Amino acid sequence: MPPSSPHNPQLNANGELQHLLSIEGLPPEILTQILDTAESFAGVTEREVKKVPLLRGKSVFNLFFEASTRTRTTFEIAAKRLSADVINLNVAVSSQSKGESLLDTVANLSAMHADVFIVRHSSSGAPHLIARHVKPHEHVINAGDGRHAHPTQGLLDLYTIRHYKKNFTQLRVAIVGDVLHSRVARSLIHGLTTLGVPEVRVIAPQTLLPAGVESLGVRVFHDMRAGLKDCDVVVMLRLQNERMNGALLPSAQEFFKHYGLTADKLALARPEAIVMHPGPMNRGVEIDSSVADGAHSVILPQVTFGIAVRMAVMSIVAGN
Amino acid sequence: MSKLPDAEGLLPKLAAELRGCITPATAMIGLHTGGAWVAERLHPLLGMKDPLGFMDIAFYRDDYAKAGLKHDPKRTRIPFEVEGKDLLLVDDVLYTGRTVRAAMNELFDYGRPRSIALVVLADRGGRQLPIGAQYCGARVEVPEGMRLRLKRAADGKLALEYERAA
Repeated sequence: MPPSSPHNPQLNANGELQHLLSIEGLPPEILTQILDTAESFAGVTEREVKKVPLLRGKSVFNLFFEASTRTRTTFEIAAKRLSADVINLNVAVSSQSKGESLLDTVANLSAMHADVFIVRHSSSGAPHLIARHVKPHEHVINAGDGRHAHPTQGLLDLYTIRHYKKNFTQLRVAIVGDVLHSRVARSLIHGLTTLGVPEVRVIAPQTLLPAGVESLGVRVFHDMRAGLKDCDVVVMLRLQNERMNGALLPSAQEFFKHYGLTADKLALARPEAIVMHPGPMNRGVEIDSSVADGAHSVILPQVTFGIAVRMAVMSIVAGN
Repeated sequence: MSKLPDAEGLLPKLAAELRGCITPATAMIGLHTGGAWVAERLHPLLGMKDPLGFMDIAFYRDDYAKAGLKHDPKRTRIPFEVEGKDLLLVDDVLYTGRTVRAAMNELFDYGRPRSIALVVLADRGGRQLPIGAQYCGARVEVPEGMRLRLKRAADGKLALEYERAA
């Protein structure tokens, strides 16, 4: 059993996962437990009957204060495969617009006997706030908050890497693109360093890197060719157009020229390198179509693995 | 405490009993972890057509609400069609019957077997459900406050042991 941490709001008194708010601060034992459990669920999703009775009678509320089709759908599929009842709330266009506070919304749903809240919010820290106010039998899973964290995406990236590379301790992983606005990058960097990846690189122009990114334990490259050399895993990030207020970049074409992943740049990585992307992709902006659809790409398997990983997280927290 | 039967001695006895019932439609599934060890030893002795299957019933347990998810669930792997088969379900120790119930629930999510028979190395009584073993290596009395566990040594040898119940 991992040591209990009274200051980590994600863990209960026995050091077990009570909420999933961020990968940061989780011990390697819990990350490994989630990945191992997901591997068993991957077997379930390959059967004809893709359902297990684990969360029968439990209610999972999808609380999306910020739009997202893919993440919400994969959480919904995962909950349904666990036999939970799923309630989707597009809160952005309901109570909140009538002026209800975040905690009032949650208190009302709690009165409807919720067991698990899946929360996506544009403000960093919103899932933490909810987790501090829910009842002991209620669990919160962060489905992306502001620029802070997207732990289930980070976990499915870790699952994908372990699936293809077996072992974390010999790897060189490059994360390329808009790290500044990416909660995916932050979650993944914490996961990779916790599980013992010896070299994590970030490749981006200075304007798309958060200040002090080196303190996360990564090597910084501004030149993509130098950064990709001998990498085992290449994680491309979406250029977040909708977050780009102001002149961080000259143009999308200019970005593609320097930081877009093309076949000739990918040739500098290891021959058996895998290419990942959290989606949705901007073809021709951060990644060339021939690479996105090419032999190194594991972008669609990532989506499939995401369901098993979310089943694992839900069934672990709801059982603790 | 009464002396426990020798697990290694029970295996050939069980295999001899099973041999008469094997048909081309018979297939075997071992329950993780102890039942899988027993099945791995029995399966090669019986000349069955289908490879051995393995099941972990972690996702079908009836005590999830109380005990949560087991820490390290193994992957269920059934490398044959369950539909229409005569299945031999193998476990190490039969006690309350709850594991077997969970295993049957999981099996029916793979298909509709023609029959299921239960094979156990040891039956310690204490049933809480109407479940019985068709093939049983030995009946064992377990003292109050103790559990019966199957252990596997580094050389693969199996042994039954008492353990203080948690």
